[in-house]
Amino acid sequence: MTASPTSKRWRFSQLELGQQFKRLLGALTLLAPPGLWLILFLVLPTLLILDISLVPGLRPGESGDGYGLGNYSRVFNPFDAAFDSVYLQVIGRSLYYATGTTLACLLMGFPVAYWLALMAPRRWRNFLVVAFILPLWTSSLLRAYAWISILRPSGLLNSFIGWLSGGLPGVQLPEQAWLYTSAAVLIGLTYNFLPYMVLILYASLEKLDISLLEAAADLGATPRQTFWQVTVPQTLPGIAAGCLLVFITSMGDFVVPTLLGGASSMTISRLIYNQFLGITRNWGLGSALSMVMILAVSLMIALLLKYGDRDSVKEA
Amino acid sequence: MSQTVSPSIASPQTQQVLDVELRQVSKYFGGEAAIQDIDLKIREGEFFSILGPSGCGKTTTLRLIAGFEQPSAGMVLIQGRDMSRTPAHRRSVNTVFQSYALFNHMTVKDNIAFGLRVKRMGRSQREQRVADALQLVKMGSFAHRYPQQLSGGQKQRVALARALVNRPAVMLLDEPLGALDLKLRKQMQVELTNLHQQLGITFVMVTHDQEEALSLSNRIAVMKDGDIEQIGTPSEIYDYPQTPFVADFIGETNLLQGEVEFADSQMLRLLTPEGTTVLVNRSEANLPDLKTAVVSVRPENIRLSQEAPLNEGNCYSGYVKHIMYLGTHLHCVVQLQTGERLTVMQPNRSEQSLTPETPVYVSWLPSDCLALAA
Repeated sequence: MTASPTSKRWRFSQLELGQQFKRLLGALTLLAPPGLWLILFLVLPTLLILDISLVPGLRPGESGDGYGLGNYSRVFNPFDAAFDSVYLQVIGRSLYYATGTTLACLLMGFPVAYWLALMAPRRWRNFLVVAFILPLWTSSLLRAYAWISILRPSGLLNSFIGWLSGGLPGVQLPEQAWLYTSAAVLIGLTYNFLPYMVLILYASLEKLDISLLEAAADLGATPRQTFWQVTVPQTLPGIAAGCLLVFITSMGDFVVPTLLGGASSMTISRLIYNQFLGITRNWGLGSALSMVMILAVSLMIALLLKYGDRDSVKEA
Repeated sequence: MSQTVSPSIASPQTQQVLDVELRQVSKYFGGEAAIQDIDLKIREGEFFSILGPSGCGKTTTLRLIAGFEQPSAGMVLIQGRDMSRTPAHRRSVNTVFQSYALFNHMTVKDNIAFGLRVKRMGRSQREQRVADALQLVKMGSFAHRYPQQLSGGQKQRVALARALVNRPAVMLLDEPLGALDLKLRKQMQVELTNLHQQLGITFVMVTHDQEEALSLSNRIAVMKDGDIEQIGTPSEIYDYPQTPFVADFIGETNLLQGEVEFADSQMLRLLTPEGTTVLVNRSEANLPDLKTAVVSVRPENIRLSQEAPLNEGNCYSGYVKHIMYLGTHLHCVVQLQTGERLTVMQPNRSEQSLTPETPVYVSWLPSDCLALAA
């Protein structure tokens, strides 16, 4: 008689265990494919690159010499015999392009996003947003080629300048070499990433509570004061997200600096390409540079998440 | 033309200085009129309410005074000066928003100081004014909190302080208590009245809550479909509504429409389509000779009895259809034999045993109802 309630309880707990196991299994089944994907194609390759980066002078067909931080030291340690400042210059230039692109996108993107979110006629809004991101539907390669035809010596830009100086007697505007300069890289990168900036800022500005702007005006703030003391602080998380995203992607972009940039506008992404598939073929160094870039981008993403988090905490 | 400014100590009843005036103001949104040809005179120091159902144009009226909208036609005057084209940030009015519209990236203190800071007031004077304002709304201990850390009632107080600290000529309140629960709303009503008396500033409040408007205001404008139906003191609006809409919207009423059968200088006799005859005094309502009219009789003015009443006037028999117990009162719907239904508010006396289907008599004097133009 006493066995029956015990066995009942036992059966019950068995049932419970079974349910828990099923739930766990369900979660695992859902998570397994993306998890496997991440491990196979992201975590393992990254570890592989980390491993290769620790072998100085590893080239295809040659085994490197030893195991250690030699590749990193070549880039960062000025007291190393193999140190070459050109790598730091390239990293610096990449940072400069990324910063310039981010600033240009912010300065051009904010007014556009502001207009789209707060001033454009409501029923045209969706259409205008789609129209603005239309360039993203074409390949970035095509877009870069389009810029080549604009910026090349006999291209549209120089023809336009020529036409202008023809129209203004006495003024002789110099014909410039645009293609294969830093300016070309900055123009191309800005053109490429502006839609992303606009989209993110638009999403942020669209959520802005109009009554806050009215309240500011009501309290006597001029439109300029309202903009700097209410609109900008209220959309700061969006501004931070847009800037970080443009910074990260423009830093890693390969197509634009390769097609529009010249020998003097070497960036870290081009340099890494050269180490693996280009002339130099130094896999160890290429891997080390890749690790540096992965680290830098991870840092940026951490910043992005932190800002995002703080915002959601504030909202809650 | 000299503009005299009277001292603000004078009581609002005696002075005729206008703080806000709307002259023939219309506002169209995409061809549709939100308000049309409105005339409004709001006196200095008074607590003025704009009351109406949603979509009647009351908020648009307030936004025109605040400067968030420009009138399509007509003129908005604040303290005697035409402000129709003056942007909101150059008007001496401040608004308490329905959603409070507090800046959630600033502390309570910075929110309140915002108006003074953008006007570049000196730091020490600013701090003093902010401290006073915090004191006034009893929020002194919350100065360093953020708005999202406050309850609805506290946000309301901060919104009030943020407007008051600027010492505006006119305070505009857009459904200020709409988001609060009943108990808090009653409490804030008292505080609003106190603030108004303490400061002597003109208050203009928009509300759809007739009870709130009646209990707080010196005068009320009742709006409907972009028009002002009636302007008057709470008792004028309640006791002598000029239109069936006002009678029905302010408080509860029974409206009986019918043909005018007989009329002399004192009395009207109406015959409803159902065949009920209603007598009504025509002392107040100066009706022109109409073919049809509407009689409004308040539920609390109807007497309900189980024996036939002795008084003359309007007396009908019927039975109780519904009954709602309200504690101090009983809210009854009485079905008349002729077919109409009347709402009756009856003091709750224990000797009465009213249940549905109880046959009853309802009666009221001709002086207890009003004849209105249909």
